[in-house]
Amino acid sequence: MMNINRKYSDPRDTSGCGLVGFINRDGQCVDGSYIKKSLCLMKDRGNGLGAGFAAYGIYPDLADYYAIHIMMDDADVKSKVEKVLSEFFLVHREEEIPTRANPFIKDPPIFWRYFVKPKKEVMLTFEGDDDLVVRAVMSMNNNVSGAYVISSGKNMGAFKGVGEPGDIADFFMIEDYRAYIWMGHTRFPTNTPGWWGGAHPFTILDWSIVHNGEITSYGTNRAFLEMFGYKCTLLTDTEVVAYALDFLIRQHKMPLRAAFYVLASPFWKDIDIEGIENKDFAEALKAMRIQYAPLLLNGPFAILFGWKSGLVGFNDRIKLRPLFAGEKDETLYMASEEATIREICEKPDRLWMPRAGEPVIGMVKEGV
Amino acid sequence: MEIDAASVHYRDLNEEINRVINEGVKHIVLRNVNGQRFIGAGLQGSDIKIDVYGVPGNDMAVFMDGPSIEVFDNAQDGVGNTMNAGNIYVHGHAGDVCGYGMRGGRMYVRGDVGYRVGIHMKAYMEKVPTIVIGGTAGHFLGEYMAGGVIILLGLEKRPGHQIAGDYLGTGMHGGTIFVRGEVDSRRVGKEVGIEKPDDKEYEILKKEVSEFAKVFHLNFEEIISTPFVKLYPKTHRPYGPLYNSRWVWQRE
Repeated sequence: MMNINRKYSDPRDTSGCGLVGFINRDGQCVDGSYIKKSLCLMKDRGNGLGAGFAAYGIYPDLADYYAIHIMMDDADVKSKVEKVLSEFFLVHREEEIPTRANPFIKDPPIFWRYFVKPKKEVMLTFEGDDDLVVRAVMSMNNNVSGAYVISSGKNMGAFKGVGEPGDIADFFMIEDYRAYIWMGHTRFPTNTPGWWGGAHPFTILDWSIVHNGEITSYGTNRAFLEMFGYKCTLLTDTEVVAYALDFLIRQHKMPLRAAFYVLASPFWKDIDIEGIENKDFAEALKAMRIQYAPLLLNGPFAILFGWKSGLVGFNDRIKLRPLFAGEKDETLYMASEEATIREICEKPDRLWMPRAGEPVIGMVKEGV
Repeated sequence: MEIDAASVHYRDLNEEINRVINEGVKHIVLRNVNGQRFIGAGLQGSDIKIDVYGVPGNDMAVFMDGPSIEVFDNAQDGVGNTMNAGNIYVHGHAGDVCGYGMRGGRMYVRGDVGYRVGIHMKAYMEKVPTIVIGGTAGHFLGEYMAGGVIILLGLEKRPGHQIAGDYLGTGMHGGTIFVRGEVDSRRVGKEVGIEKPDDKEYEILKKEVSEFAKVFHLNFEEIISTPFVKLYPKTHRPYGPLYNSRWVWQRE
């Protein structure tokens, strides 16, 4: 076999975002080199204006504390950030998120992480730990100019910025973390700015989202969620999906699959067809469509949604964005392209194209 | 000639393919392909053959005009996008939007295909693009189809699964879709008629299916023994009245 010349190291022709995620159902952790390698295969799907990672299981020794990752425009903001944090939390430990200089990452903001516990005395009536954290995150994003909470869950974290996936991975030293759920995204911004806060994933508590597509119902979704205290500050449509799932699953205690029937509800005609054989199910679908109409996501999308116990991939109802799934032993993979999965998973047991509107769900086993 | 494509960027790979073809190479074997896009893009020459081992990236054989490409694994989205002539054989499955706007040539996929396959295919005189799918298809198969032939076999259809997705042939105004077995008429576009194929159409079917069986080493008799249905456009101008009320709804 002959080897060939390699000339194109930094091409910029484009198509759309690329996403990849995997979960080990036994809770076995792997280092970040795998997600980096697979995401880099889809470099040409993005254009260097955003890449990011979410990882679960990275702070095992501090798993009881909320890990608040904060992006700050400059060091001057830090005192304001810490003032807000101290109003809500007892800070157990704080440190700069380790980064490595990279010639392709220009003028990065600074990243700091705080491991905190909520102050019981500042909780409102009926407020639990999670509610307080959400309120603190909204307060920080809304009131401290130049500071943005990038993630706020336990034993997990998000790392994101403006750059190619390989450079962002190097910048945050992604290989040094070990996680049982990894998610990655490379961005090709279409109608919202390509800035550091706008890179994916988007998170709240330990829910995180990476997304390829456009949420054209953003205005409606956002207006609805604002009535429940969620404030969208990151200038990108994907943000509402994270808040919508927090609202449905945590606040309204909706079963997982049902939450996805709200976001990607079947068409009325399909509900009617379903009703011929399964009347109760069709009635439930109808009720959800009516009750949660403002949370229906319109527009083309493929989304990966992760939290401490699972990873879900789902599409819009007519599959206007690609999504592919694969499985080997106890690991479930999902990505925009099959090659992305094959890059890190030799001889998968199963490979398939998920159907539109039907979520693919991978859950960590009970007791792990 | 063999080329090792392991972790080679798609532009380097495609330039190399073009270079060796310009030097007169007729048969190229690509090893360790994984995700490289546009393989065979715009290539000409009906005597050229490319064998692909591994998963080729999106838009394989886009605008291809003559060569044959055989993929011994799965293929991704956009196979044969707007291709003009040539043959594509995929031994595994293929993704979404394959055969988009296809103008000629032949595409055989042994396994399933994704959504929006064969949309806006067209035909002119001797140019009749043909897609044969061994497995099942997602929504919008043959949407806005203007010409050509799609044959859907559903060979390993699992119980309870539809052979074709929703919106089958929606907006179709030319060409023919043959489906082995039954289709759910609720899932078929309202511009589409469903009938049994006539003898002449069965001849086309037999020719393509026997060729398909030969390529993938399948039992032709077994496949053809199940009856087919034919989906055809009821009119050549399904949306005429939408734009001009003076046009009447013409039926053939």
